[in-house]
Amino acid sequence: MKKKLTLFMLMLLFTLVMAACSAADNAANADKAEETNEAKPTETGSETETATEESDTIKVGILHSLSGTMAISETSVHQAELLAIKEINENGGVLGKQIEPVIEDGASDWPTFAEKANKLLQQDQVATIFGGWTSASRKAMLPVVEENNGLLFYPVQYEGMEASPNIFYTGAAPNQQIVPAVNWLLENKGSSFFLLGSDYVFPRTANAAIKAQLEAEGGELTGEEYTPLGHTDYNTIIAKIKSENPDVIFNTLNGDSNVAFFKQLNDAGISSDDITVLSVSVAEEEIKGIGADVIAGHLTSWNYYQTTDTPENEEFVANYKAEYGEDAVTADPIEAGYFGVYLWAQAVEAAGTTDVDAVREAAKGITFDAPNGTVTIDGDNQHVYKTVRIGEVQSDGLINEVWSSDEPIKPDPYLEEYEWASELSESLE
Amino acid sequence: MTEMILTLFNGISLGSILLLIALGLAITFGLMNVINMAHGELIMVGAYITYLVQNIFMQYAPEKYFDLYFILSIPLALIVAAGVGVLLEVSLIRHLYKRPLDSLLATWGVGLILQQLARTIFGAPNVGVQSPSFLNGGLELGSITFPYSRIFILLLSLICLACIFYYFYRTASGRRVRAVMQNRQMAECLGVSTRKVDMLTFAIGSGLAGVAGCALTLLGAIGPTIGTSYIIDAFMVVVVGGVGALFGAVAGAFGIGIFNTIFEFLTNATLGKVLIFILIIAFLQWRPSGIVINRSRSLD
Repeated sequence: MKKKLTLFMLMLLFTLVMAACSAADNAANADKAEETNEAKPTETGSETETATEESDTIKVGILHSLSGTMAISETSVHQAELLAIKEINENGGVLGKQIEPVIEDGASDWPTFAEKANKLLQQDQVATIFGGWTSASRKAMLPVVEENNGLLFYPVQYEGMEASPNIFYTGAAPNQQIVPAVNWLLENKGSSFFLLGSDYVFPRTANAAIKAQLEAEGGELTGEEYTPLGHTDYNTIIAKIKSENPDVIFNTLNGDSNVAFFKQLNDAGISSDDITVLSVSVAEEEIKGIGADVIAGHLTSWNYYQTTDTPENEEFVANYKAEYGEDAVTADPIEAGYFGVYLWAQAVEAAGTTDVDAVREAAKGITFDAPNGTVTIDGDNQHVYKTVRIGEVQSDGLINEVWSSDEPIKPDPYLEEYEWASELSESLE
Repeated sequence: MTEMILTLFNGISLGSILLLIALGLAITFGLMNVINMAHGELIMVGAYITYLVQNIFMQYAPEKYFDLYFILSIPLALIVAAGVGVLLEVSLIRHLYKRPLDSLLATWGVGLILQQLARTIFGAPNVGVQSPSFLNGGLELGSITFPYSRIFILLLSLICLACIFYYFYRTASGRRVRAVMQNRQMAECLGVSTRKVDMLTFAIGSGLAGVAGCALTLLGAIGPTIGTSYIIDAFMVVVVGGVGALFGAVAGAFGIGIFNTIFEFLTNATLGKVLIFILIIAFLQWRPSGIVINRSRSLD
């Protein structure tokens, strides 16, 4: 009996260890691949530092949340970046070398992002990191990349008020997404706004800007609510929305909360005809999780949709589906993650080296025909010129463009062009 | 006035959700004293079963019968989660009844395993379940809409509660369970097979978690980590209600639900949560054993 118990405890210990390991499964696999790759050229006994210089691959880090509440959004960006790397490698790589991704899981936990970024830069000596989604994760990685003089390509729209020399922002700055969306809503949907967001950096900063803009342009704020990330009960907030009866809900919720919010809004009998919701963190990928029937008719503001009509996009969508299955959809951050890899590769080619300072210098003004149109890196703030598009969710889950800026807009992360934002950028700096 | 009614309804609705997720735990933790950290993952099992049944119906069933999937998935979630519970009890928890801290660690580990398993099978991104059409929309009374899905969850939790009460207080088998929980040695002396009773009780607690998971698909997304977001609430309800008392869990769930909604309505979601925690701490200072105090020697 006692033996049996001991045996059993051993088994239990084993399973627990297994569970702990499997969380870092992907990372471990990547490490393994790396070991086997390195084993060949470094037979003569090596130092890891010189190994990166001499090996015939260039290591890049990929750091997204593959687990936790943000995995719904970040997993596909991670896949798009791997697709871009694969395509570049098939076409001969960068500087004649193959790109080798080192994959880490940020686990929807901001300190983990900082820790893993540190590991990628110091231990793996990666040439650049592609990663992050929430602003909180970017803010966590920022000091790490600056300290190590590394590079980070950040693929998601965000609240602005930042321009780190070590970060390239391939998502939209606020003037490429939020400001035009508010303008469009004021013109087409009405002037009373209700602001709803997750409780962290991006929604709070974005809403501060929206409030300043509403005040300057004659809009009316009827309410402002924040819920913790992962919150699932929106009945009370919906009751508040009902009693305020705004024209528009400006939604900056992130992750799973969107699913709960739209389901419960629909259950409460509020359709897009009654109150329009404009979301800035809901793209095709999230709509799959929410269910197209409950969100159909509501609006989004992005730079890219799967339906965007360019030859590059046709090819991109076809390739993405070929790689990840017919049911896979593409979305703005997926596309931004994808062309970010290409922009980096072009900058490295132009610089002739993966040295961070040289790449940064060479990246100024580089253009690429991305699926959303031609994107150009702005040399001053390292954001990109992008076209703004407002779209309406269809019942098949895709988004149709209802308005477009028709040409790429210059990024303006500090909203310097707008008078109403002058106090804002001062107070937030 | 309408706001007050709506807030009250929302509070009761939140209370019924809390009750549903805590009912199973009230049995495994409250009655059996097993700190089952994998309770949340049993909820997840129920939710994924619903998702599976939905997919099967989408593929093979004629469209007009599609809505039936939800009715079918409730007993199925109950059975599968109870099955997982039995497996857990026989292989692990049975050996740890006298070591509550070890069982805490072990079940936490099991929770991680189940999460990873779900991630491997269903993928890391969350999946959604399409609510059956008869639960879409709501009952309109004057200017207030009561969503059918919330009414359904309320009814479901009351039905579960009624079944549990009937089982524990009106059947011979339930009486044996109570006997074992109150005085194990004495029950053993009188010829009750405590092993069997333990297994059965744990299975019931786990099965109820499965039903809760099924109901949660009406509210939000289903993911491998759905359980972790509810486990704290579940323990909170059981502790406030009073460990070892089923009725306490009912009072705890509706109390927390209603106060949480009122606080959230008056302030905001984050502050509401803070206030409810403060209230709970203050309450437990006043009544450390919870709302219903169970005077039993076996609990000491």
